[in-house]
Amino acid sequence: MPATSRPVPFDAEGFGRELDKIRDEVLASLGERDAAYIRRLIAVQRKLELGGRALLFASWLPPAWAAGTTALAVAKILENMEIGHNVLHGQWDWMRDPKIHSTTWEWDFASPADQWKHSHNFVHHTWTNVLGKDRDIGYSAMRISPEQRWHPIYLAQPFYNALLALFFEYGIAIYDLELERIPSGKKDLKEALTQLRAVAGKIRRQVVKDYVAFPLLAGPAFLPVLLGNLTANLARNVWGHTIIFCGHFPEGAEVFTEDRLENETRGEWYVRQLLGSCNIDGGRLFHIMSGNLSHQIEHHLFPDLPSNRYGEIAPRVRALCERFGLPYTSGSLARQAGSVWKRVLRLALPGPSPQRPAAGPPASFKAAA
Amino acid sequence: MRASASPAFLRPLATAAQWLTTPLLPEDYFGLINPLWGAEELCGRVETVHAETADAATLVIRPGRGWVTHRPGQWVRIGVDIDGRRHWRTFSLSSAPDRPDGRVTVTVKAAHGGLVSNYLVRSTAPGTLLRLARPEGAFVLPEPPPPRLLFVTAGSGITPVMAMLDGLRPDDADGPDVVLVHSAPTSADVIFGGRLRSLAARWPRLRLHERHTQPEGRLRPADLARLCPDWTERSVWACGPPAMLDDIAAYWTGPADGLHVERFSLVPSAAAGSGGRVRFTRSGREAEAGGGTPLLAVGESAGVLMPSGCRMGICYGCVARLRSGQVRDVRTGQVHGDAGEMIQTCVSVAAGPVEIEL
Repeated sequence: MPATSRPVPFDAEGFGRELDKIRDEVLASLGERDAAYIRRLIAVQRKLELGGRALLFASWLPPAWAAGTTALAVAKILENMEIGHNVLHGQWDWMRDPKIHSTTWEWDFASPADQWKHSHNFVHHTWTNVLGKDRDIGYSAMRISPEQRWHPIYLAQPFYNALLALFFEYGIAIYDLELERIPSGKKDLKEALTQLRAVAGKIRRQVVKDYVAFPLLAGPAFLPVLLGNLTANLARNVWGHTIIFCGHFPEGAEVFTEDRLENETRGEWYVRQLLGSCNIDGGRLFHIMSGNLSHQIEHHLFPDLPSNRYGEIAPRVRALCERFGLPYTSGSLARQAGSVWKRVLRLALPGPSPQRPAAGPPASFKAAA
Repeated sequence: MRASASPAFLRPLATAAQWLTTPLLPEDYFGLINPLWGAEELCGRVETVHAETADAATLVIRPGRGWVTHRPGQWVRIGVDIDGRRHWRTFSLSSAPDRPDGRVTVTVKAAHGGLVSNYLVRSTAPGTLLRLARPEGAFVLPEPPPPRLLFVTAGSGITPVMAMLDGLRPDDADGPDVVLVHSAPTSADVIFGGRLRSLAARWPRLRLHERHTQPEGRLRPADLARLCPDWTERSVWACGPPAMLDDIAAYWTGPADGLHVERFSLVPSAAAGSGGRVRFTRSGREAEAGGGTPLLAVGESAGVLMPSGCRMGICYGCVARLRSGQVRDVRTGQVHGDAGEMIQTCVSVAAGPVEIEL
């Protein structure tokens, strides 16, 4: 079938049925290979962490410090991204292993798992890129779409975006508390305090581990170990921030208004997920290090499919988009990250006037479907 | 995060170690070397598998830390990973407790179409890691054992009795007087056949009657009275297929506490996708569910505090533990459900009576 740019009326349900077919095929074929993948990954991650910390104990040798810090940073990245984020999505729940299960998993991240599951799995993944609903982009503090009214505070957003990158896990944990909703009564103060205590408890344990216990154990290597752990944590934060911002904010990603949600069908939901997400090109190792969020499109279409399958189905999803005349946004890390920063910098200033729906097909899809 | 079954003096050390491994447990790292060292999740390693008959095998298992000694006749829940998924099934322990080598055995008969039993009998290699639960079950002899015993078993029903026989040692002059009536299709199908026959030859106080049902037909309760005239005066222990146990129970005229039965078969679930009664075990509420109403909605209208999220099967905010029964996935129509399985209540409907731990 020749790819037309905009079939009218656009068949969102047909698109959805094709995606459901892919989903069913993957689910039916899950098995030993997938289980072995996640088990091996978890083992590698834990060994890397042990190795990294052991090397840091010998950090009076400068190469040992560099190697240990790198190993620890990689371990922390794997733990957050390819393991933690995906386990918490329930991607591995089908294995029925309580040790690798969304209901029992806890991760090395300031957001406690249950709070994260609500704000991320539910709020963000259900209302992806809907202004005012998706708090991932409805950032009260960030202006990432021309539709958001400009305010002088946004002049500072390049600065605090950089700060957010460095302290990403804390930023997310605090942000997810939705403190700004307390004055209006939309959020219960007592609930917020309970959550805050949980966050504080987690942060305390992480801080004691990385900045007190391990440095003390290292004795004379106290300072290098502390600095190694700090570097690993900062590197993990910057990496996570970069990958995640590349998922929804580069050029080509759409944002939506709330009216789009009215009577949204499953097919239309799929289309919104596709249009709101962007992929990053790269090799196998890069995909693993990004937690396969480099396959952000596939992840948003199928948030509960095991991440090792995203790369396998990506060509099929791409072909499907071509067939239905839908855009499939993908680019190199440099390009996508550059695009994000361009947007952050541009929108710090007033304007431009919102261009939708002329900018792309999505608005008309909704009308035609 | 609870402290494990370590000696008291080690506990502060274990707590301190948790500060180094948070958010994981120390054993998550020890487990990289040997999974048997963890006490949080009890494991066992299969050391050898030997065939008992054409379709039954004994697995010799080295249990990990946290195992508690069983009593003969008890069963254990075993978790097996098959094709990436964990399946839990119950098997009687066939070994006597406190074996000098610390091993335990289960003897499994491959059931027709049985996924787990066939896997254990035919595809389990030495070295396979199994998950274990603590031994359970009330099919155990009192201490001291009754002076006169009758065991009535069929097929793999011999397995708990084998463990009991090993502990009874009817070779003592003042040991109990034991009659064992065991049914199997043919002589070659008798699990532990060789061992039982040699025990019977050595121990005068053990009488073994083998019933080969292919030539001789099924054992009738009336046959018991003939094989063991004083059977109603004995302490009777029966384990086998439901029909046999029902027959014996119906025919039994001895004291009610003289007959002990152990059932292996599960009661088959009601027709799939038909809906059914849903019981929420923690909140104690019950509701009648239609075959089209997700359990999440059923629970909510019954006033159960249901965790929930997207209500479309993607966010896993609603998963809960299934205690019993089966559910149908509204998306695939697939009926599934093992006791202990975590299910998404927003896309699951009852397929027969269901119990949810909420």
